[in-house]
Amino acid sequence: MMCRLLPFTGLTLGLLLAAPAAAQVTAPTADPAPVAVPAQEEEGLTGGSATDVIEWDDLGIAIASFATNADVPTAANSAGTGALGLELARVVFADLRNNGLFRPTGPDSLPRPSYTQITDPAWPSWQGRGADMLVHGYVRANGDGRLTVGCYLYDVALQDELVREGWVVAPSEWRRAAHKCADLVYSRLSGESPFFDSRIAYIAETGPKDNRIKRLAIMDSDGANHRFITNGQTTALTPRYSPDYSRIAYLSYQDGNPRIYVYDIGSGQQTLVVQSSNPTFAPRWSPDGRYILYSMAISGNTDIYRVPATGGTPLRLTSGPAIEVGGSFSPDGTRIVFESDQSGEQQCYIMNADGSNQRRISFFGGRCATPEWSPRGDQIAFTHIVGDFHVAVMDTAGRNLRTLTNGWQDEAPTWAPNGRIIQFFRSAQGNGDSTIWQVDLTGENERRLNTPVGASDPAWGPVLP
Amino acid sequence: MKRLALIVATTSVLALAACKTSAPDDLPPTQVTTPPIDTPTPVATVAGPVAGSQEHFTRIMAGRDTIFFDTDMSNIDNDDATALRAQAEYMLQYTASTATVEGHADERGTRDYNLALGERRATAARNYLVSLGVPESRLHVVSQGEERPAVTASNEAAWARNRRAVTVMVR
Repeated sequence: MMCRLLPFTGLTLGLLLAAPAAAQVTAPTADPAPVAVPAQEEEGLTGGSATDVIEWDDLGIAIASFATNADVPTAANSAGTGALGLELARVVFADLRNNGLFRPTGPDSLPRPSYTQITDPAWPSWQGRGADMLVHGYVRANGDGRLTVGCYLYDVALQDELVREGWVVAPSEWRRAAHKCADLVYSRLSGESPFFDSRIAYIAETGPKDNRIKRLAIMDSDGANHRFITNGQTTALTPRYSPDYSRIAYLSYQDGNPRIYVYDIGSGQQTLVVQSSNPTFAPRWSPDGRYILYSMAISGNTDIYRVPATGGTPLRLTSGPAIEVGGSFSPDGTRIVFESDQSGEQQCYIMNADGSNQRRISFFGGRCATPEWSPRGDQIAFTHIVGDFHVAVMDTAGRNLRTLTNGWQDEAPTWAPNGRIIQFFRSAQGNGDSTIWQVDLTGENERRLNTPVGASDPAWGPVLP
Repeated sequence: MKRLALIVATTSVLALAACKTSAPDDLPPTQVTTPPIDTPTPVATVAGPVAGSQEHFTRIMAGRDTIFFDTDMSNIDNDDATALRAQAEYMLQYTASTATVEGHADERGTRDYNLALGERRATAARNYLVSLGVPESRLHVVSQGEERPAVTASNEAAWARNRRAVTVMVR
């Protein structure tokens, strides 16, 4: 549970309206944070498309250690809120740096501001450091055991505040406050929707290629708070977070056959989605979380079905003797992009959510597999099989193909909540060792995610409320 | 004598045991009778793996427990049909046997599609066995997708070995 404190500025409100509805949950204003200032009138630094990324990428941002009113130990950091303030700033710095965003400078090479300087920066000490922007913040231990974290973005040249926000968090969720701060900075400067405060479900891999152990695991978007969910006794594959993060749909060979289960994170219980002796696989949630799309083979013929997430009667969406598999809803839930080999090889098709109006959209050569609709709705990411496997994007009409990666086998793209970054997994030739990578829509900023062991099948969830 | 020994070696274990005691001294020099190769082997009488067990099945099949497919294909070619006939004969001989047909794909495919492809391949093998008279109730199908390669290298030869359906005795 995280509570937002400050009233939104006009600009921030606009961004949040574009975000999932859950993000707009407001909180009681217990109001520790200073009064909001009017938003800047113009959006001088926005980047509306991938080709604009470079412009704001060159911004220097100084991220100073967060200050505290009184240095007291908390459950988040036994060394005190002063030490926690440094950790908070480090997380903000790592978020921006690791994603190739801006030119951030971290708290370990910057002066530490005092508590009063958070709302009244010592401008002379920040000018001449090559930083265009300045991030300040504070952390306070509340009487109820929770923490209040404030985040401020300043324009150094203007000596003016651009945006501020504050959050009340449980000590165990202190990193989320830092991610929210990174999101605030990123959104204000880029004009894009936030994405740092989100989680990833994936499959952790160990052991040799012919006897690999595959476990369901989850982690924050920066790899922190990593947790194994299954123990590896049976193979787990292809997880997908429910949009509210309460459940994970995934494939397990628990009873010896491939079956989709829904694992409830709160209770640790899991249930079969479909009561059938037929194998079910490739689970996908509808954007509202009410339906699960899945593939089922009957007598060797795989088709796509839709079933209420709470159970009920499945609706068959495709038919015919070819393999129809996978699928991904458009953000408004009205259409589904999926793959089929009815032409003789895997290609991408679109249909309405009830299965009507099926038509092929990929005609550019090579195969089109694992299509995933962007949360922004305008693009579809997919695995482009042209001998090697590359991650690529196209528009929803199957045009404007752009190849983003160039590995031997890069596959299974999943979108960041804001539709600007894509994660995928890369398999090594030979030993087949898999690792999760991410790339932005320019294709230029590619990096590997740190995971404790091998990793595949990433599935990025939405921004947390 | 040497020649006889060679011929004997190519026949069954039982035949070898039978010949051991009394090899004739005089052999008709010109008239070599080739022993029938496809004699039904009375394996049940031989000490060793229990009839209908996986160990027994793989010993008798000698490689014919597995059939192979071309990329993205699931059709049964002549080699596959020969192997499946041997599997069917076995299962019809040992009427208590039940089997799982495992469908596999090579690593050069996407995961979900490979699950579907493995299912299609295993079902093709199962259907062929059923067409030869094996009761459907004794055959279970499971797709392993690309998760359990038989050969771990990343090259055409390895992928060809991994695009397969394997019949495995259960119990």
